[in-house]
Amino acid sequence: MKIFRNSKVIVTLMIAALLFAFGTSNVFAAKAAPKQKNIIMATTTSTQDSGLLDVLLPIFEKKTGYFVKTISVGSGQAMKMGERGEADVLLVHSPDAEKKFIADGYGVNRQLVMHNDFIILGPAADPAKIKGVKSSAEAMKMIAQAGSLFLSRGDNSGTNSQEKKLWKTAGINPEGQKWYQQTGLGMGQTLNVTSEKQGYTLADRGTYLAMKKTLSLNILVEGDAALLNIYHVIEVNVAKWPKVNVAGAKAFADFMVSKETQKIIKTFGVSKFGSPLFFPDAGKKVEDLGK
Amino acid sequence: MDLIVQGIIKAFELIISFDPEVIGITWLSLKISGTATFISLFIGVSIGTAVALNNFYGKRFVISLINTGMGLPPVVVGLFVTMMIWRSGPLGFLEILYTPYAMIIAQAIIATPIVMGISLAAIQNLPPNLRLQILSLGASRLQMVWVLIKEARLPLLAAVMAGFGGVISEIGASIMVGGNIKGYSRVLTTATVMETGKGNFDIAIALGIILLLVAFAINALLTQIQQRQHPR
Repeated sequence: MKIFRNSKVIVTLMIAALLFAFGTSNVFAAKAAPKQKNIIMATTTSTQDSGLLDVLLPIFEKKTGYFVKTISVGSGQAMKMGERGEADVLLVHSPDAEKKFIADGYGVNRQLVMHNDFIILGPAADPAKIKGVKSSAEAMKMIAQAGSLFLSRGDNSGTNSQEKKLWKTAGINPEGQKWYQQTGLGMGQTLNVTSEKQGYTLADRGTYLAMKKTLSLNILVEGDAALLNIYHVIEVNVAKWPKVNVAGAKAFADFMVSKETQKIIKTFGVSKFGSPLFFPDAGKKVEDLGK
Repeated sequence: MDLIVQGIIKAFELIISFDPEVIGITWLSLKISGTATFISLFIGVSIGTAVALNNFYGKRFVISLINTGMGLPPVVVGLFVTMMIWRSGPLGFLEILYTPYAMIIAQAIIATPIVMGISLAAIQNLPPNLRLQILSLGASRLQMVWVLIKEARLPLLAAVMAGFGGVISEIGASIMVGGNIKGYSRVLTTATVMETGKGNFDIAIALGIILLLVAFAINALLTQIQQRQHPR
């Protein structure tokens, strides 16, 4: 009798689990749109962490019926995904790498979407005395000379490439130095680490503004033309990878540079942070930015 | 300290207000990890039992393999599954990368060795004469296996808990094959990492607390069933 009762429990459990599993698969089936409806968009952590995509994507999806799978990684990894045909469209901010990406035939239709700027952040104490320095490369040099802790993304992201470029301009190779640490994390997490360790770092303004309330970091250097942070949308070349959702990629790129979207970008963050996080630039030329 | 208190308050706010996004994320976590555990239960218990009951050349080697698998690093599973199912991979035609299905597969791969190892040990730990006894009472081989599994139900339920606990709290594989897509493949662990990255520590703590509550509720339920086997 006892065994009988126990087996009942087990059988009930099994049936419950089975129903659970089937119920689950049905729900997924209902949710999954037709294959060509899925767009894989590889983008940077900054567009996601700032919350911009949470505003834009629902509008795009509602309008077009596409379903966007946002994979938020560094710009370097995003372009690697594009090179392998694992993404349909890219929203990235690493201009030099992007040009190479296009030149190598992996992407087409590179369009300017928006910009904001990079800023050099550091602790209020500012041990390297860089506050107010006009040239960003000069400031980097001072950090290196003072041997103050600098936190790098170290992940080949757009911000990371920009930072490497600044070191190069400053004529310094920080690699392997005691004061130079690489987090290997996204922008948000790197800001957390920098704030905790009271070091210096390079960040995009959008992510900084979005996270300002939890950070004890100050903007020390800003406004240098070398600190422009420019976002482009790139469609992955269907000629290289036939599986790429070419129509979806085009629809997304068109959406990003459309008038309505640009208007949303312009006002995004104003009510929450007091200033916009991004400046819309569709149709402009890169050379004219920041003037 | 403030942050922790704030986080806990926020957690209860989110739970009590039935925040649709949080409910959705929690429900998806349960569905994915529940399905994965269920699949691993089938494969794990059957292979575990088969290995335990049969003697064959290289059995010890197989058992060491299974025991090693119990500690399979989720990120390695994630990487492997990603490479198999991305568009240019051998299973790319399935087009399931960055879907909940991919997460179920990865999690089932993580949970299966855990369930297998524990059920193997459980069946092996039964008194060796029990098999002979059952067979001598006229049971068929299949009936014998069924009785043995029932005899080992206590450790087998422990296997379910270990497997489920392992996958619902797992992050490495889930974020790699699922992509943390809002409202689609975002689960409690990946959402926690993302909110931490955004600096929304209160929401991150809240999600962490919900994850603990969910794990506790499931385990409490299973323990209830498990311990019922010993009335007085």
